[in-house]
Amino acid sequence: MAYAAGVDVGSTQTKAVVLDEGGRVAGRALIDTGANVVVAAERAFEAAQADARVDEREVGYVVGTGYGRYRVTFGNAQVTEISCHARGAVHLYPATRTVVDMGGQDTKAIRVGPAGEILDFCMNDKCAAGTGRFLGAVAAALDIPIGELGVVALASERPVKISTTCTVFAESEVLAWIGRGKKVEDILLGIHRSMVSRAVGLMRRVGIEPQVTFTGGVTRNVGIVRELNAALGVTVNVSDQAHFIGAIGAALFARDRILGSRMDRVASPAHASSVTDRFEEKAP
Amino acid sequence: MSVTAGIDVGSTYTKAMIVSDDGRCLGRAMSKTGFKLADAASRVYNAALDDARVGADEVSYVIATGFGRLQVPFADAHVTDLTAAARGTRQLFPATRTILDVGGQTMKATRIDERAKVRSFRLNDKCAAGTGAFLEKTARYLGYVTEEIGPLAAMSKSPAAISGVCAVFAESEVINHLSQGTSPSDIMQGAIQSLVERSVQLMRRVQLEPEYTLVGGILRFESMGRTLVDRLGAHVNLPEGDLPQFVSALGAAWLGRQRSRTTAVDDGSGSRIPAAF
Repeated sequence: MAYAAGVDVGSTQTKAVVLDEGGRVAGRALIDTGANVVVAAERAFEAAQADARVDEREVGYVVGTGYGRYRVTFGNAQVTEISCHARGAVHLYPATRTVVDMGGQDTKAIRVGPAGEILDFCMNDKCAAGTGRFLGAVAAALDIPIGELGVVALASERPVKISTTCTVFAESEVLAWIGRGKKVEDILLGIHRSMVSRAVGLMRRVGIEPQVTFTGGVTRNVGIVRELNAALGVTVNVSDQAHFIGAIGAALFARDRILGSRMDRVASPAHASSVTDRFEEKAP
Repeated sequence: MSVTAGIDVGSTYTKAMIVSDDGRCLGRAMSKTGFKLADAASRVYNAALDDARVGADEVSYVIATGFGRLQVPFADAHVTDLTAAARGTRQLFPATRTILDVGGQTMKATRIDERAKVRSFRLNDKCAAGTGAFLEKTARYLGYVTEEIGPLAAMSKSPAAISGVCAVFAESEVINHLSQGTSPSDIMQGAIQSLVERSVQLMRRVQLEPEYTLVGGILRFESMGRTLVDRLGAHVNLPEGDLPQFVSALGAAWLGRQRSRTTAVDDGSGSRIPAAF
């Protein structure tokens, strides 16, 4: 049996997924990217293989994605994270038409067609406002573990209105609200709403069409999920694999390659070339 | 003797200056603003009075400026930071036509006329890139404190390219540079250059005209002035010592001096705050 793998080297965390031939997740791993991107990719891939109990020789094709995809030295090809998030989201929720991905350093909105093709996308890549880093900065300023922010925010009944956009200024604003005696949960709900409003702004630019699938590391924050549902007026799809959707998409492209090359042998070059179009094949 | 005071409640520091009737600086003080703006204002005002050896009852007029100017309960009037900086700059460099004021959380470019009236201005107020906070963040990622920024940048031989689009994302850039063996001083000076690049863009948007004057807390970092001169290819007036941080407080005190004279001569309206404010 030939397995396919996807490695999503994000700015903050690296995710790796191993799929079996049926497209099911056989193993996965998540580690902090840190300063050495090459090592992070290798370690995540090894950990995912161990989780799947497969040997490297059984993995037929590896696709790298994410901002560090060109540093996946063992990868056979690279695919952009936009394509991978769309592919992974549509795989898990076939009725997906809009994908919102909130990661450590960027937020993206992608509109996809019925076959999972990308119709439009928009991203926030020059500013940390509205990204996981924004939550990280607030967590540090308040000395609350980042994983608890959403839960704390949900207790709020009277959220404050956060007026700053910049992450650096938001840290000061949070402390100023504390200085004025506001409750932590009220400040945090304000922070969550300001993040969601930025994400929804991005989504509007590509057009919001249900179903909406939410991907990326910020999906772990229950406060963001609730506020996103409230702002959109629909329940967004949040898979327990949501953090791995980019890697799953990459692994699905790798699986196409394995299946496509078999079809090649059965003489179906047309299919193979259509797959190739999407790839940024590694230079020999 | 008529003494006036200017209090500049900035985003990061609060500054106060006491000015005599003949326009001399009698005393000044500065302290971190923190989150209690009114407390910071009275603390710094009292310290400046002590420095000047002047009692509060001898001060005829107090003008507040800066982002926290409305939180100064004892002020007789308040003026915008642009007006105050323009007035203070004219006092120091009368031929100034373009002022660049870079503080802890703001960057402002202002074009003024020969009477120090503001003709055009642009602010960078939604983003920390291009403010002192950007340099402070960069220094912190490198493991240095604010006071070390100036000396560190001064040692740079070949400044690193820092994009300077976001003070938060600068952290990744800093880490990348460090992992490639770039020295902290080259990274620090690279950050200053990216800040200067943003300043010049802002100055262009007000149609900059010489003479240029750079003011604000950013001048604590000595390579800032030199880098701006290099980038503009022109002379830039730089207030000396710790004066760059007091330019708005000085301007506010001078405006108070004008006001106290006006009200002394022309009274009867009952208003201490002339309509011009």
